[in-house]
Amino acid sequence: MMRAVAIGWITAAAALAQVPELPAGLGGQEPEKAGEPTLPSGLGGQEPGLPSGLGGGDEAGQHEQQADPADEPEAGWAERWRFGGFFDVRAGARTQRDPYERDASVGEARLRLEAEGAFDSLIARLAGDLIADNLQRGWGPDLETGEGCFDLREANVAISPWSTVDLKVGRQALTWGTGDLLFINDLFPKDWVSFLTGRDTEYLKAPSDAIRAGFFTDLANLEIVYTPRFDPDRFVRGERLSYFNPILGRRAGRDAIQDPLVRDRWFEDDEVAMRLSRNVGGYELAAYGYWGRWKSPAGFDMTAGRGTFPRLAVYGASARTQLAGGIANVEVGYYDSRQDADGDDALIDNSQLRGLIGFERDLPELAHGLTAGMQYYFEAMMGHDEYLSTLPSGGTARDEVRHVVTARLSKLLLEQRLRLSLFAFYSPSDSDAYLRPSASYAIDDSWTAAVGANVFVGRDQHTFFGQFENDSNVFLSLRMSF
Amino acid sequence: MKRPVQSSLFHLVLLAMATTPAFAQEKTAPTEPTVEQIVAAANRVGYYQGRDGRAQVKMVIVDGQGRERVREMTILRRDQPAAAAGETAGGAKVEADDSYCGEQRFYVRFKRPADVDKTTFLVWKRPGEDDSRWLYLPALDLVKPISAADKRSSFVGSNFYYEDVSGRHIAADTHELIETTKDYYVIRSVPKDAKSAEFAAYKMWIHRASSVVVKVEYRDDKDEVYRTYEALAVDQVQGYPTVTKAKMTDLRSKGHTIVTYTDVAYDLDLPEEIFTERYLRQAPRRYMR
Repeated sequence: MMRAVAIGWITAAAALAQVPELPAGLGGQEPEKAGEPTLPSGLGGQEPGLPSGLGGGDEAGQHEQQADPADEPEAGWAERWRFGGFFDVRAGARTQRDPYERDASVGEARLRLEAEGAFDSLIARLAGDLIADNLQRGWGPDLETGEGCFDLREANVAISPWSTVDLKVGRQALTWGTGDLLFINDLFPKDWVSFLTGRDTEYLKAPSDAIRAGFFTDLANLEIVYTPRFDPDRFVRGERLSYFNPILGRRAGRDAIQDPLVRDRWFEDDEVAMRLSRNVGGYELAAYGYWGRWKSPAGFDMTAGRGTFPRLAVYGASARTQLAGGIANVEVGYYDSRQDADGDDALIDNSQLRGLIGFERDLPELAHGLTAGMQYYFEAMMGHDEYLSTLPSGGTARDEVRHVVTARLSKLLLEQRLRLSLFAFYSPSDSDAYLRPSASYAIDDSWTAAVGANVFVGRDQHTFFGQFENDSNVFLSLRMSF
Repeated sequence: MKRPVQSSLFHLVLLAMATTPAFAQEKTAPTEPTVEQIVAAANRVGYYQGRDGRAQVKMVIVDGQGRERVREMTILRRDQPAAAAGETAGGAKVEADDSYCGEQRFYVRFKRPADVDKTTFLVWKRPGEDDSRWLYLPALDLVKPISAADKRSSFVGSNFYYEDVSGRHIAADTHELIETTKDYYVIRSVPKDAKSAEFAAYKMWIHRASSVVVKVEYRDDKDEVYRTYEALAVDQVQGYPTVTKAKMTDLRSKGHTIVTYTDVAYDLDLPEEIFTERYLRQAPRRYMR
């Protein structure tokens, strides 16, 4: 009898243990196993002890610009506009003497101020740098070259008049094409001086004053950029970097500052650039067209003794896709030098065919935060025989084909605070090279310090990188963003 | 004898009560869910709720020395194609098949810190294959596809990996239900390809009622816990249990990241077009707040 009772009791107890409503004590289960997490608030468990206003403790010290969207009635002035910018101090010096230049390669303080206003149908952006530059020509600002005490970086308005059309009008940075620091179909103005003297990579792109229109359809996307007044590159003139001067037949700098004939007539000296793109089966395909002028002086006016920007048309195409865990790309472009179609005008650069093929990949197999890329690029001069036949005596001849390979290596360390980077250009045909090593460290969310170098080596003084051999420099910078 | 009879009767009544249907489990599931179903439900609740969604995300990264960094971003997410059949016209969702774990698109636009303001990141997630990723750098107006080979590297310097943000493919691991407690299913998972991740195994506590993953412990090949994820707060948003605060801790470096999600919304009818190059350059403002 007693045994039957015991068995019955045990069975009953076991059955009761399956019923969730009964307290955990009944049925012999332990209340909580070791390691079992407490339920977060919201799942019926104990409060994990958060301060009221979830995450309130995290927000101490943050300066929020925007109002809480939940109770934003009508956006007032303070909510429409957002401001930001940075303060950047930069100093650099040559690593060797240059007879035609100062020892300092860069020495400046920049205060960038940015404002963005978001209205119902448009967004307005304004950004500019106030500059104190040790090496500047004068304090007066020049809106085109960015010299002086002020450089206007952005002044534009973006609207979408129809659902398939985007327009951006005014001063803006523009980029397309698939190359990594190599440009074939990107004919937008570039600031080579900033690039070669150690300013932040952002400054490689000089701003354009243009109208950008994008038409987006299921068939393809078409982007057209109309620049009503020619925007040349901010190219090397000799004020800050010495270069090879073909007239003098040697390197020159501040003793022979380039002062080309300016092309500045509105709507007559204009440029049109176009990109038609479409994704087909995982390939990003694009076709490009450009009608304008060579962006750096590619011609010479004997009467005036000054450089010129001859007319240029570029036709090209690119394809890009994911491949083997990385990105592979190929791009070609034909540079039609309109004023020297036969190639026999000694004073105007000949037409060219340019191409590149590249591949970039993260390498998690080796380390996290490690990226590597390689490119092969060539420039083939059209009409090389004509070029040689009209070359002035004593002139150094350019090769028919210039080959360049590039390599990029970058590594993130210390929880992505430290970024080490190396970009190298090497031309086996020119026997010259350009190395860009750099390290940047995020001290905190606002402050970043960087150090880097621009190293030029070359067998000859007349080749593209070799000419800058006396310009090799190192630089330091400190930036506070707000 | 009176007492023995009474106690017998008591036992009998008790036994009867225990076995009558009225006292049977409230959840009359004919069978317990399989481990695959549990994991699929957790995956759905973690990454696939609603057809699409938006959240304002803030990550506070604290390193071993107590230094703080903050990342603020807006994330838009869309499931490709729109979620499984069974949706009613009113948007009330009939339980999707939990085995759904298809492609998704993510649009991540940064606000803070100041030097990455407007930097945008686009991901087309493909479970089981390589994702596609693009980065937009506003100062250069540059849209750049980037390699997606590294899924387990830090997302913007935080303790979360890219794979934690977009979701690890549930078929990448073998799952085993090792324990069922009052509140949780406890699952142990081992990667099928040991090289696909730095962990040897991980242990998940999945809340039984809501399928929310409440805790994950990552174990190395010495079976020591080196990294943990904890869901700290869960809110009901439009009927979907949503983790609104979570913490990822690196036990080796003693650093952690706390992520908070605010202004969460689902089923916004985000157009597929948003997740393309056009909107990297110009944010889809209508959907961002």
